[in-house]
Amino acid sequence: MTTVLESKPASPPVEKIKIKVDGREAEVPRLMPDWQGKLVPTTMLQACQIAGVEVPHYCYHPKLPVAGNCRMCLVEFGLPAIGPDRKPILNEDGTPKIIRQALPYDPNLPRGAIACATPISPGMEIYASSPATKQMREAILESLLINHPLDCPICDQAGECKLQQYSVEYGQSESRFAEEKVHKPKRVDLGPRIVLDDERCILCTRCIRFSKDIAGDDALGIASRGSHNFLTNYPGKAFDNNYTLNTVDICPVGALTSKDFRFQMRVWFLKETKSLCTSCGTGCNIVIGSREEKVYRYTPRENDAVNACWMCDYGRLNYKWIDRADRLKEVRKQKTDGGREPIAWTSALKEISEKLRTAAPGSVAIIASARQTNEELYLLAKLAKRLGARTDSVPRRGEADKLLFHADRNPNSTGARLTGFLSAEMGSNFNQIADAIRTRTIRTLLVFGEDVTKHGLSAALLKGLDALIVSDILPSPTVELAHYLLPGCAHAEKRGTFTNVKGRVQKLMKAVEPPGDARPEWEFLHELVFNVTGQNGFVSIEGLFHQMAKDVPALAGLTWAALGDTGVTVAI
Amino acid sequence: MIVKRSPLTFWERLYLPAILGGFKVTLRHFFKKKVTMQYPEEKWTVPPDYRGAPYLVRDQEGNTKCVSCQLCEFVCPPKAIKITPPGLSGPPADRSNAEKMPLEFEINMLRCIFCGYCQEVCPEEAIFLMKDYSLTGTSRAEMIYNKEKLLALGGTHNDRIQKWKWKAEEAKAQGVAP
Repeated sequence: MTTVLESKPASPPVEKIKIKVDGREAEVPRLMPDWQGKLVPTTMLQACQIAGVEVPHYCYHPKLPVAGNCRMCLVEFGLPAIGPDRKPILNEDGTPKIIRQALPYDPNLPRGAIACATPISPGMEIYASSPATKQMREAILESLLINHPLDCPICDQAGECKLQQYSVEYGQSESRFAEEKVHKPKRVDLGPRIVLDDERCILCTRCIRFSKDIAGDDALGIASRGSHNFLTNYPGKAFDNNYTLNTVDICPVGALTSKDFRFQMRVWFLKETKSLCTSCGTGCNIVIGSREEKVYRYTPRENDAVNACWMCDYGRLNYKWIDRADRLKEVRKQKTDGGREPIAWTSALKEISEKLRTAAPGSVAIIASARQTNEELYLLAKLAKRLGARTDSVPRRGEADKLLFHADRNPNSTGARLTGFLSAEMGSNFNQIADAIRTRTIRTLLVFGEDVTKHGLSAALLKGLDALIVSDILPSPTVELAHYLLPGCAHAEKRGTFTNVKGRVQKLMKAVEPPGDARPEWEFLHELVFNVTGQNGFVSIEGLFHQMAKDVPALAGLTWAALGDTGVTVAI
Repeated sequence: MIVKRSPLTFWERLYLPAILGGFKVTLRHFFKKKVTMQYPEEKWTVPPDYRGAPYLVRDQEGNTKCVSCQLCEFVCPPKAIKITPPGLSGPPADRSNAEKMPLEFEINMLRCIFCGYCQEVCPEEAIFLMKDYSLTGTSRAEMIYNKEKLLALGGTHNDRIQKWKWKAEEAKAQGVAP
């Protein structure tokens, strides 16, 4: 989606038009970006938004082409009257005369226009709250509800349903419909992740436009006619691309529901935490929906610099491991006989610090996942510098798609590089580290969040180490061999920042508590770094971030607060 | 304000008239009809709009009426209700077009304050405050009533509307499988 210049590139985009919304004057730009970012004439709906007046709508979505089929955004409006001489007709007091638009065959009946597709013109007056506009909205809602099954008690959308919301705000309190409703198929299996309820659909075609124009998979369409219109996938072809679940988000009603979230939890119970998706280097902004320390779903959060309003299905469903029963919950130390015993955090950190402090220069290596946060990698880089340690991370490559899914499946490869943790290409030091362990040059190995037995450091090799210190969240062969095991946190359980492939530094916030004794890695790394290097200076993630911003040239001048909800792009 | 305390009169100081007055009241009640109820052998007739313990009901065809919408859980002031929704893999609902029913429904009767909000909010007429007021148990765990117990205690509610039934019939008549 590249920005295409308008046919008249000479006109500056800041050109303003004066209009009136609900009697109040507003100045709005003449041109505004459409769903592709192309400058097109501003619509009445955008103008109302700028003026701070909400116009209800179903089919309009700022990131999708305008369809104008739900009619919910109908508004009454007036235009300046023009005389036969093509000059504005003036009132007695010198103001331009405004004519309320009416039906040509009955001047007493107001003629509405759909705000989402009608461009504004100078002097236009939009009556977004007039009695006629209200009546139009009531009538549209009544029409949309004619065949709606009203099964809110069993509908997953209840609580975040625009039909519910607008019925309360703009609808009538009672139904006048006494006839039999048209019934349509329910529980239609559209694809591996989507269930469709045709009775609830209001035919806004947002899902169709998304699939066709954004996901590039023209899989959905509307069949049949009149009241019997229904949404369907192409016969015999499952609705299955990596972006299908976005249609559930943009569906204003409960027609498209996610199989993963279906009947799991009512949305009004979910605590919403702003965070990031960690499944690839794109770093889509998400909202984590959780209740009572259990994550129920991820939904995309708008960030035009990263993911617009979308995220891929793979990333969205990649959260189930967070509350796995076999999560590592206790700090463990290997006994001399090979068995394991629980140990307190303070004792473990003290013993590890002692080992690191007395280690000979160059006898330590650190392997940390590029799934750790900037702050953690920064602390590890500091430790590595002090100990003269060799460092590396495990590269993860996959196939990229043309929308969001990036070939780099590590969420923080850029961060690993910027913070100074990685000096060479990711994965290039593994062989050297293996050789050095074999020749007993490296005696101590720190592993953060990786199963190194899968990446060239065999179990036999690891057994030859004097100290293997592992921090992870799920069991693995490496964890089994650890002399010290430090249980860490999933990204939903801690705060920190990631740097995406384009250099966007973004925050993740804590949604749920870590299980058992697990602690955020940056917390205990801070203690470890203090014990080994004697450097202190922060007690909170904010303080740590600010110290990192001071030390890391690429992040110079950044503050935790300035990152905001959508992050800041740095040069990489 | 100063309260004036007048000295006791002779009769008041004598004390006996007050004692006799008391005995008079006692004697009067002695011969009146008895009002004390021998609870728990004798029990009180509960008025028709009494708010006792909330239980779940089935309709006249034996279907669980609750569809697990969790509005009662949401509205419950002391957070006594805990519902486990069925998810996609849970057991199918008794009425197939109602699509879901709770996997588990628990009311902590120690927490319940018998306010009746759950009954008021229920869009399916599936929970009612009944007449039970004396709930006992030997442990806290026993006082958490589960779905099975609540349904057994709630019994049958004669549903005059049976919305899901006529919806299914209507759909069937139009040739759409419910």
